[in-house]
Amino acid sequence: MTMSSGDLFLILPELLVVAAACAVLAIEPIMAPHQRDGLAWLSLGALAVCMGLTASQLGHPAEAFGGFVRIDDYACFWKLLLCLVSGLTVLLSYSYLKEERLRVGEYYAFVLLALSGMMVMVSAADLLTIYLGTELMSLSLYVMAGLKRMEPRSLEASAKYFVLGAFSSGILLFGVSLLYGATGSTRLPAIAAAVAGHSLDAPLPLVATILLAAGFGFKLAVVPFHMWTPDVYQGAPTSVTAFMAVASKAASFGAFLRVFVEGLGGLKTDWSFLFLLLCIATLVLGNSVALVQTNIKRMLAYSSIAHAGYAMIGVVASGRSPELAGHAIGAASVLLYLAFYAFMTFGAFAVVAMLRKGDVEGDEIEDFTGLAKRHPLAALLMLVFMVSLAGIPPTAGFIGKFYVFMSAVEAGLTWLAVIALVFAVVSAYYYLRVVMVMYMREPEALTATSPRLVLSPATSIVLACAIAGVVIFGLYPGPLVNLAVQAVQALH
Amino acid sequence: MTDPFPWLTVLIFLPLAGAAMLCLVKESAARSIALAITTVELAISAPLWWLFDSSSTAMQFTEQAVWISQPPIHYHVGLDGISLPLVLMTTVLLPLCVLISWHSIEARVKSFMALLLVMEGAMIGVFAALDFVLFYIFWEAMLIPMYLLIGMWGGPNRLYATVKFVLYTLAGSILLLVAILVLYAQAETFDILRLTDESYSSTLQMWLFLAFFAAFAVKVPMFPFHTWLPDAHVEAPTAGSVILASVLLKMGTYGFLRFSLPMLPDASKAFTPLMITLSIIAIIYGAYMALAQTDLKKLIAYSSVSHMGFVTLGLFTFNVQGIEGAVMQMVNHGITTGGLFLCVGIIYERTHSRLIADNVGLAKPMPRYATCLVIFALSSLGLPGTNSFVGEFLVLAGTFLTNKFAATLASLGIILAAAYLLWMVQRVAFGVPSPVFLPKLHDMTAREMATLIPLIALVFGIGVFPHPLVSRLHSSVNQVLARTLPQPPAALEAGHRHDDATPSEDPAALSEEVAFARRSRVASAPSSNGTEGVEPLRKEDRP
Repeated sequence: MTMSSGDLFLILPELLVVAAACAVLAIEPIMAPHQRDGLAWLSLGALAVCMGLTASQLGHPAEAFGGFVRIDDYACFWKLLLCLVSGLTVLLSYSYLKEERLRVGEYYAFVLLALSGMMVMVSAADLLTIYLGTELMSLSLYVMAGLKRMEPRSLEASAKYFVLGAFSSGILLFGVSLLYGATGSTRLPAIAAAVAGHSLDAPLPLVATILLAAGFGFKLAVVPFHMWTPDVYQGAPTSVTAFMAVASKAASFGAFLRVFVEGLGGLKTDWSFLFLLLCIATLVLGNSVALVQTNIKRMLAYSSIAHAGYAMIGVVASGRSPELAGHAIGAASVLLYLAFYAFMTFGAFAVVAMLRKGDVEGDEIEDFTGLAKRHPLAALLMLVFMVSLAGIPPTAGFIGKFYVFMSAVEAGLTWLAVIALVFAVVSAYYYLRVVMVMYMREPEALTATSPRLVLSPATSIVLACAIAGVVIFGLYPGPLVNLAVQAVQALH
Repeated sequence: MTDPFPWLTVLIFLPLAGAAMLCLVKESAARSIALAITTVELAISAPLWWLFDSSSTAMQFTEQAVWISQPPIHYHVGLDGISLPLVLMTTVLLPLCVLISWHSIEARVKSFMALLLVMEGAMIGVFAALDFVLFYIFWEAMLIPMYLLIGMWGGPNRLYATVKFVLYTLAGSILLLVAILVLYAQAETFDILRLTDESYSSTLQMWLFLAFFAAFAVKVPMFPFHTWLPDAHVEAPTAGSVILASVLLKMGTYGFLRFSLPMLPDASKAFTPLMITLSIIAIIYGAYMALAQTDLKKLIAYSSVSHMGFVTLGLFTFNVQGIEGAVMQMVNHGITTGGLFLCVGIIYERTHSRLIADNVGLAKPMPRYATCLVIFALSSLGLPGTNSFVGEFLVLAGTFLTNKFAATLASLGIILAAAYLLWMVQRVAFGVPSPVFLPKLHDMTAREMATLIPLIALVFGIGVFPHPLVSRLHSSVNQVLARTLPQPPAALEAGHRHDDATPSEDPAALSEEVAFARRSRVASAPSSNGTEGVEPLRKEDRP
């Protein structure tokens, strides 16, 4: 394999992000503490250029490094989403870190490094490259989760995340090696060709599939690989939680879908059954346990588990449906679901991050009591995010569920759609409880420690982006749908 | 027929735009702006009544535009004779809702008025939508505004009532969504008119019917899915109760009429015994429950259960009288029950109690109020000369043609209605007022009169001269019947002769008939069956 300047040109967005991360690390020590805000603006600038470059690559599929990296519409779709979410993370962290008195310049470098890992994950067409991307993302996130060095819960989150994450990486790697043993390659097209020729009773590819599913299952936080999620989401700084819940899940779905549809498409009857089981377990457990949470970050953690279950329906449907059209709508529904999920979940976490109770974060659902009276606009935004998460129209959350369920029904899985919808009703109960607390409970008398919202211009931009995504895609999803359908055409 | 003026788009989006505008104005201006917008809505919708071509079976005032291309989902709206009266009923009621909330809503007026306007847009959208996804979006979009209306301005037990309302409604609606998706998988379209023209296998129809039933029966509400209704009604502010009773409940029966009957004729036929049984139970059980109530709003809520039973009964008679009566009853119940809830709201503003025991002997201190209450109560019990008589009479006439036993039982409901309503009137109007409340009992103000007089005019207008309404219904109801029951009239007659108690026929024969009718649908003129039957009735209705 030879490397040419053309290859480097194709991965210019990734290179730019890495360069920005290095620049942040290099500049940070020589900057005066009060100037360190500039690091956020540097990161944002890099992300904006990166998005522009990625957008210009849409519609011009190319392979780099002899097929290890693929710059197709599928990769570009995910990269655009990931860059956007990273940008929102930087903006949210900008004031959140100040409120929490976490003045660490490396923070932005870690966001950018994690992003570069995610970008590699979604554009790699080789299992080892995907593994490298996954590790780059995870290592950055382990550090970010433990950023509140003085808080035991944050440290616990970091340690737990690291141990379980490392374990899952091991499983993933084991799966990769078994698959290499069975097929003689780590490249997805070669694996696909080998699997297609294989008789299905050979145990090695099946065991490898199960191990890969378990490895990705940890990253996606689907039941039964979800145990770390609530503790980590609760303990990590809220801006990091938002980043993890949205970006790392999106990137993992991106890699996961490519591996299974493109590389292991020949085994789709096997893995679609396996994911069907995971999907049902995730929907049932995620939604039921979310019901009893009193901490909003834990509630959103279980909600994010449940949403992985909904997105998984699209994966199952794409594996179940025999014809190409159904295949496309199944995979496209996953992309759409994650995109809509990104806006509403990030928005909800942004509101949580803004809520202060005295000197600490107000992260109990009770802290939202009477928010509608004190901060009508913020309460309205939270209302829309919750309604969207519950999948009630006219919001993006509904459109996402609509496509997922449509793909299920078209794949002949009507009963799965019914189960998922029953749990959507269950989810409405806990999402609307937040609305109820905000709108229908009278706030107690104001004291110094009573919860209040701290709104900075940066967080306002975050909220504006999130609400625009939820409302605009809820009312006019057409262009994004077309983009997603176009993106999954690249998966064959 | 495409009209150059986008009537329905304006009707749907003007209130939504108004709601957005309300966010920008001062709290004190919210009432006047909301009143202005709802009145403009009424003014815009009124010409539709005269522009409507009652001889046509086609959708009118249609507009169509692509909304999402994959899968093809359209913004497609239009009205026929069934949806037109319901849209007009909505636009008539909303200004009254604003007026009745003028002083009773003091806190967060802006939000309240904005939510009322959102509700108006969504409700008109439901009745006008001709794309199933669009319909579903409007249908579900009403949920959150209603949730907030009850939850933010409701009574002491509002949290329980709102949760129950939302969960019941959502649980029903999700199955509707699955049914819509299954229909799409079958027919590759979401267009309601094209879906109605398709034919589906009997098994599929059964499943779809059950899914539709879950959504619509909860909304109606049919026994035994009615338990959310009394709670929601009692806790809701007056305007919320009016919207809930007058418009939201109609969406369930509208759904049966627009989707279940014409799309799933075989299943509708097969489930008729169940539907008739549930309707009869609702009529009698609702009436008995109403007899036992001490709370005025609960009494009216249970009377709604009973009256909506007549609607579902009429729909499943499968003849022109029954279905026209059902649609009439939908409109009339909207007017009369709306009026009754407004009356309760007016007295609640004075005594802050909804208990019958607290509100007695109002005829002396509040003569105008008592007159209005009596008028609405008499209308509700179906006194000839008032609007409800026409609908209930047609429903019963239709039921007698198909099922004499059910008709007899349903008549019992009318007697019970007379009992609970007259008893209520007797206590509220003619008792001895309690000295505690007497000083507060000043008669109705001009504003309050203005909320009731339009409805009283409609009570007598429809009661005395129902022809304009019936004539607008006629073609559309025949159209539905032609799709639901496409056999020639002779077969219908034959069906009656050999069964009295149950209208269900031999399934094999039925499916043959249906198959025959499918083939001859194009040829069969929709007015061939039942028209003769209804003519004499209409003449009788006119005094």
